[in-house]
Amino acid sequence: MNLTLKIWRQAGPDAKGSMETYPVSDISPDMSFLEMIDVLNDQLVRDGKDPVAFDHDCREGICGMCSMYINGEAHGPGRGVTTCQLHMRSFSDGETIYIEPWRAAAFPIIKDLVTDRGAFDRIIQAGGYVSVNTSGNTQDANALPIPKDNADKAFDAATCIGCGACVATCKNSSAMLFTSAKVSQLALLPQGEPEAARRVQRMVAQMDEEGFGNCTNTGACEVECPKGISLENIARMNREFLKAQFTSEK
Amino acid sequence: MTVLDSKIPQGPLKDKWTKHKNDIRLVNPANKRLIDIIVVGTGLAGASAAASFAEMGYNVKALCFQDSPRRAHSIAAQGGINAAKNYQNDGDSTHRLFYDTVKGGDYRSREGNVYRLAEVSANIIDQCVAQGVPFARDYGGLLDNRSFGGVLVSRTFYAKGQTGQQLLLGAYSALSRQISKGKIEMLNRHEMMELVTVDGKARGIIAKNLVTGEIEKHGAHAVVLCTGGYGNVFFLSTNAMGSNVSAAWKAHRKGAFFANPSFTQIHPTCIPVSGDHQSKLTLMSESLRNDGRIWVPKNIEDVKAIRDGSKKPVEIAEADRDYYLERRYPSFGNLVPRDVASRAAKERCDAGYGVNKTGEAVFLDFASAIMRYGKTEAHIQGLHNPSDAQVRELGEQVVRNKYGNLFQMYEKITDDNPYKTPMKIYPAVHYTMGGIWVDYNLQTTVPGLFAAGEANFSDHGANRLGASALMQGLADGYFVLPYTIGDYLADDIRTGAISTDTPEFEEAAKRVQTQLDAFVNNNGTKPVDDFHRRLGRIMWENCGMARNEKDLKQAIADIQALREEFYKDVRVPGSTKGFNPELDKAGRVADFLELGELMCLDALERRESCGGHFREEYQTPEGEALRDDENFTFVSAWEYTGKPSEAKLNKEELTYENIELKQRSYK
Ligand SMILES: Cc1cc2nc3c(=O)[nH]c(=O)nc-3n(C[C@H](O)[C@H](O)[C@H](O)COP(=O)(O)OP(=O)(O)OC[C@H]3O[C@@H](n4cnc5c(N)ncnc54)[C@H](O)[C@@H]3O)c2cc1C
Ligand code: SF4
Ligand code: FES
Repeated sequence: MNLTLKIWRQAGPDAKGSMETYPVSDISPDMSFLEMIDVLNDQLVRDGKDPVAFDHDCREGICGMCSMYINGEAHGPGRGVTTCQLHMRSFSDGETIYIEPWRAAAFPIIKDLVTDRGAFDRIIQAGGYVSVNTSGNTQDANALPIPKDNADKAFDAATCIGCGACVATCKNSSAMLFTSAKVSQLALLPQGEPEAARRVQRMVAQMDEEGFGNCTNTGACEVECPKGISLENIARMNREFLKAQFTSEK
Repeated sequence: MTVLDSKIPQGPLKDKWTKHKNDIRLVNPANKRLIDIIVVGTGLAGASAAASFAEMGYNVKALCFQDSPRRAHSIAAQGGINAAKNYQNDGDSTHRLFYDTVKGGDYRSREGNVYRLAEVSANIIDQCVAQGVPFARDYGGLLDNRSFGGVLVSRTFYAKGQTGQQLLLGAYSALSRQISKGKIEMLNRHEMMELVTVDGKARGIIAKNLVTGEIEKHGAHAVVLCTGGYGNVFFLSTNAMGSNVSAAWKAHRKGAFFANPSFTQIHPTCIPVSGDHQSKLTLMSESLRNDGRIWVPKNIEDVKAIRDGSKKPVEIAEADRDYYLERRYPSFGNLVPRDVASRAAKERCDAGYGVNKTGEAVFLDFASAIMRYGKTEAHIQGLHNPSDAQVRELGEQVVRNKYGNLFQMYEKITDDNPYKTPMKIYPAVHYTMGGIWVDYNLQTTVPGLFAAGEANFSDHGANRLGASALMQGLADGYFVLPYTIGDYLADDIRTGAISTDTPEFEEAAKRVQTQLDAFVNNNGTKPVDDFHRRLGRIMWENCGMARNEKDLKQAIADIQALREEFYKDVRVPGSTKGFNPELDKAGRVADFLELGELMCLDALERRESCGGHFREEYQTPEGEALRDDENFTFVSAWEYTGKPSEAKLNKEELTYENIELKQRSYK
């Protein structure tokens, strides 16, 4: 396949960026999208030019590092895939592909397609944990049976990879889907119960402080989320938040 | 030759760890506040260690090269984590886990370490559940288990095919909790570039801020390396793209011995290479061998027909299939250990029975499991005389629940539906049993430098059993280091903060800067990956699944030549300032180019076959690995002397008091 790439280039956090055009040729449909960018970068380096910076690591859809906005969609066309899992067979010969970074005030650009998603870490630090010491002096794991249904739902929420596609997709740059996934996981498990109120309040406050926007229920995040994190989690977080407001006002 | 002291406590195996914990010195809480620890790497081992140290009161600095600790390579672990809980009441015990691990490792690991690992394993599960890790459960709400290769019990805990993710996020949450308390300073996008020693002790590191390019000096009373494995020396592996040996290699150059570098695990079930563009390989979890059956056609005509597309695998009659693992190893069948399964696949493919275009693939088939589960499910649902289609559908649902994400991953990559047609798989580099030599306290040969997780060599001998790496990483971080590091630090309560304004730090920082400058000023022509790929090919062909003297010698010469060419001709764009991933890669590949040579040297010197190390000259008539216990029951611990080719071999003799050395048999 031969393709034309239009890629966002930006030398540094404060530099002005622009879309640049690059042709690539001899692309195999079996290549992953990132392998196609590898081919481009290989050529750029050989030509003495600056290769395109992008985040990636596992290349199998689990680390959450890759993050490209492709043809107007977070992680490109196809549902339930990260950028690294996208294959060139999803594109056709001769196509022009537009590639941009995540765009959100809370995710400043570091270089080209690389952004700083540290805000997500800080949201977790605000309360996305169970306050248990790591000493191992805990009760036997099976002393606390957990209904399979709750365990499964908690697991589904816990599969969020923290990629930020939800934020990049949302017209308000809201981080509700991400935050609610963690709140839900711990709200569904008895271990998370004692700190539930404090957790949701602190995580929501941190989310606001980081400059993420409000949720207006457009649902775009759920559609683009590579892990199928459900909007139900947002509803659950809202309930948890209300509940927390009531209990803490008493 | 130096006698390496493994510091295994005296006394009966069962009491060693308890006794040791009682004997070692403690640091009182007020004094812990005066002590700084640097943890390099925040995968399972690093995150759990850093969180535990901080909780105990030490001041911790932790580094990772990714943008967040949640992205460490541990996140990609799929199948599960072992623990001797015996919840299934199938005869499991600490002793059995210990025995399986030593046997699985082909009798090249330390009894004392492995026993401790088995002993603390149950506690890991308790800890993780308390943190909210959502392991799979049965309908009674209790934890579920599955089986892994090389064992006859069901002791593996799992969270679908995402066990590593759930465990890492658990450790990350403990880490985050301590970060929020200010007890851990987390340095994301930071890479360790050099170890700094003062008076022979590890006293800090030089790090590079990967965003700004700044070179930073960090002092501490102890440094802990949790930087993962070095499988990427093969270029193609199941490891993440950034996984590297650099931190470990820098420590090696500063005096840390490197143990059993050639012990590499080639995992039998990975998605085969699809073309020259390939940048990494994807694992299909070993857990799939619980239900998948491995086969190739019996007749070469069928092989040809499959390759040219004129026959589909489902059209091959049962009688014409060679379920070669079940044939060769009736008692373990498809669940033989990884090294055995990988070699058996290679044997069939070398004989011409490979089922894809390149002849390097075998089938992993779920059809019988789907039908079996479907029948049970139909019973449960009270369906009498269900049709085949109904049974298949119900069975597919059960399989989807167990392995859904893996099947999906497979389909995305290959564009084939594994519910309908068998998967094609082939062995790929996966894990490195070798690593930095450590004693029972996980301390390296450099005082004050510790190593944990895949970065050390400690527990898996010549072959690791499935689901034991996660166990080891968390055991090291949560339950071993928090005790053993105190014994070392007890001497440091009056030392005071480690100053970085010293010649040692200056000199190390300068060395780092000089290398970086040399890279960006080199007037070469080829990108870093060009060299990395070529190194990978040399390693795979000569130091992979089968090794022999002639090829290893050739490989050493080839690597030396490649290394020379690399320094002459590599082109690194950009400058040392700012974000420059090509520059970071150059440093990592430079270290791989030295490590690769040491691996070949180690493989050359070990004139026996054991576990993942298969020397063609040493095999039984049936083609099984032939150990030489009389001459090779030792750990090879290599000492750096200035050049990889002149590395000095030190031997730690292994003694077995509780297990009788036998030829491993899975027949
Ligand atoms: C695909 C796959 C599936 C697996 N499945 C299983 C399984 O089911 N069960 C099982 O038991 N094992 C499994 N394993 C093995 C297991 O995942 C790893 O051995 C284990 O997670 C390693 O953990 P770690 O903490 O030692 O290192 P890692 O998780 O690799 O972490 C390394 C850390 O070090 C940091 N780092 C590295 N170099 C530097 C440097 N120079 N400077 C700063 N930081 C650095 C990284 O940023 C990272 O934080 C699997 C492995 C793979 C590849
Ligand atoms: S909710 Fe989905 S899109 Fe958002 S960070 Fe998590 S995995 Fe990514
Ligand atoms: S690179 Fe890890 S999810 Fe894409």
